[in-house]
Amino acid sequence: MSAHQAISLRVAQTLGQRRLLGIGAVLVTIFLALPLLHLLPAEHSLHISAYTLTLVGKILCYAMVALALDLVWGYAGLLSLGHGLFFALGGYAMGMYLMREAAGDGLPAFMHFLAWEELPWYWTGTEHFLWAMALVLLAPGLLALVFGYFAFRSRIKGVYFSIMTQALTFAGMLLFFRNETGFGGNNGFTDFKTLLGFSISAPGTRATLFTLTVLALLGCLYLSWRLTRSKYGRILTAVRDAESRVMFCGYDPQRFKLFIWVVSALICGVAGALYVPQVGIINPSEMSPTNSIEAAVWVALGGRGSLIGPLLGAGLVNGAKSWFTVAFPDYWLFFLGLLFIVVTLFLPRGIFGLLRKERS
Amino acid sequence: MNQPNSQPHLGEVSGVRPALRDRHSLNTPHGTVLTLEDINVSFDGFKALNALTLYIGVGELRCIIGPNGAGKTTLMDVITGKTRPDSGTAFFGETLDLTQMNEVAIAKAGIGRKFQKPTVFEALSVFDNLELALKTDKSVWASLRSRLTGEQRSRIEEVLTTIKLENQRQRPAGLLSHGQKQFLEIGMLLVQEPQLLLLDEPVAGMTDAETEFTAELFKSLAGKHSLMVVEHDMSFVGAIADHVTVLHQGSVLAEGSLDEVQANDRVIEVYLGR
Repeated sequence: MSAHQAISLRVAQTLGQRRLLGIGAVLVTIFLALPLLHLLPAEHSLHISAYTLTLVGKILCYAMVALALDLVWGYAGLLSLGHGLFFALGGYAMGMYLMREAAGDGLPAFMHFLAWEELPWYWTGTEHFLWAMALVLLAPGLLALVFGYFAFRSRIKGVYFSIMTQALTFAGMLLFFRNETGFGGNNGFTDFKTLLGFSISAPGTRATLFTLTVLALLGCLYLSWRLTRSKYGRILTAVRDAESRVMFCGYDPQRFKLFIWVVSALICGVAGALYVPQVGIINPSEMSPTNSIEAAVWVALGGRGSLIGPLLGAGLVNGAKSWFTVAFPDYWLFFLGLLFIVVTLFLPRGIFGLLRKERS
Repeated sequence: MNQPNSQPHLGEVSGVRPALRDRHSLNTPHGTVLTLEDINVSFDGFKALNALTLYIGVGELRCIIGPNGAGKTTLMDVITGKTRPDSGTAFFGETLDLTQMNEVAIAKAGIGRKFQKPTVFEALSVFDNLELALKTDKSVWASLRSRLTGEQRSRIEEVLTTIKLENQRQRPAGLLSHGQKQFLEIGMLLVQEPQLLLLDEPVAGMTDAETEFTAELFKSLAGKHSLMVVEHDMSFVGAIADHVTVLHQGSVLAEGSLDEVQANDRVIEVYLGR
């Protein structure tokens, strides 16, 4: 390749990056404007309904999960089919606080039904917002740390790893379904009233939560971008492609995998915590294996190993889902399956790969 | 093969020993970098290594030859911690018991390995491959905040020139030719600065010119590093080795200069005289 070609290629790349940044800036502006539009009086023509705002907020939370999954799957080659568990744990931690807030000095309603006299020990301190927020990180983080430590130490890889994560989220779901576990069983947590004293359904609260979600997503995206562009990120791809070579270079692959695995679980926890007050419910179905598999579909469809692709994937699939389930409720799952097959067959690098190819 | 080596090899290399001991912390008072004694490894009853005893001196360039299944790769696996021997002792220097260490600890202690099939990080550029192999703090935290110093950068540039890949530095390693990948992997070993280099068939798939160049490179490394080379290419072995070990059915059949082992009746019987 001549120097001239190299330069023009670089110019093209820069232009592409600029365009990408431009599109990103427009999207971010729109997302930041949505909550303001929600604050407009209901009869105003630009008013955004609570339904729309909640829907978009929900999808942004899913996008964070997709990003977290891309970190471990796209960069470290660890296909997790259990990320829904970390998401749900973050959600439950937030839910505990909301339930305590709604119950005031008494016990949460579902405990009355079970005729419990006092709170189980693990509910201690959940009336304090800060402790609940610590739990949002601690619960998924510690579980990921312990699970990852043993899985990576035993050198469990590939499909075996995926199956174990799937089993883990399934076990979590069965555990949370039980009333005795103390998390509301089958029904989970709902009927939230206030968050830090603000009514959970007030437009101001909704707008704030939505804005926080946008900021959290941007923060996680920046963190992921920095991580994957660092030497750490390059070692991670090296672990993905030739693990034993990495060991003979003197790096301990277990620690490199464990670190990104825990970071990924923490991002899911934060996403879950933002999801619950916006959607107003958390129950064990969030831990269902199909939810985690769906997250893998978002990532594959968007293009793994690109950070941006999975965000697109989460947005497109969930956008299509909310339209399809209203327009053709019976065909949604067929459509999702078809989408996945088409992408795997024709777009091995996902939608983002397609965009990139067109640009060059 | 035209320079029979009559000197005892340990005596020959003892001159470089003090300098090496200053530079590294490896404890080698008797001039032996690697000590393997009575090593046994069996896989489902098959004896891959059978009471194998082998010493490698500091700064030595040793070639290991032997027919397929003689245990050459298993030997490398034992030294690098990939396979645990059933019995026997394996020491790196005088104090490091290799049978008690894992792959990572052994690599950090200063044993580098080149695989039979060239193994580079295909998704990364040539430069990044060398950056990852570079001798430095290899913890997660260090890699998160790592920036190359000018000195490290020029070390990488120097090795890029040595392995003749200076014009390919930004190319993904996966796009290199087979021979170039071999050189890149050798380059990765160089920047890793191990005291002992294990090289499994380093010239497989190389052109004659590349093979010749590799021979020069290895000869220039001996003295500063200890090298253990497993190779089938006898002309290459003849070009580099001062000391050859012949493996057969998991144990040492003969040891000496290439001429000596080629003249050995048992060697002729099992390997060379076919």
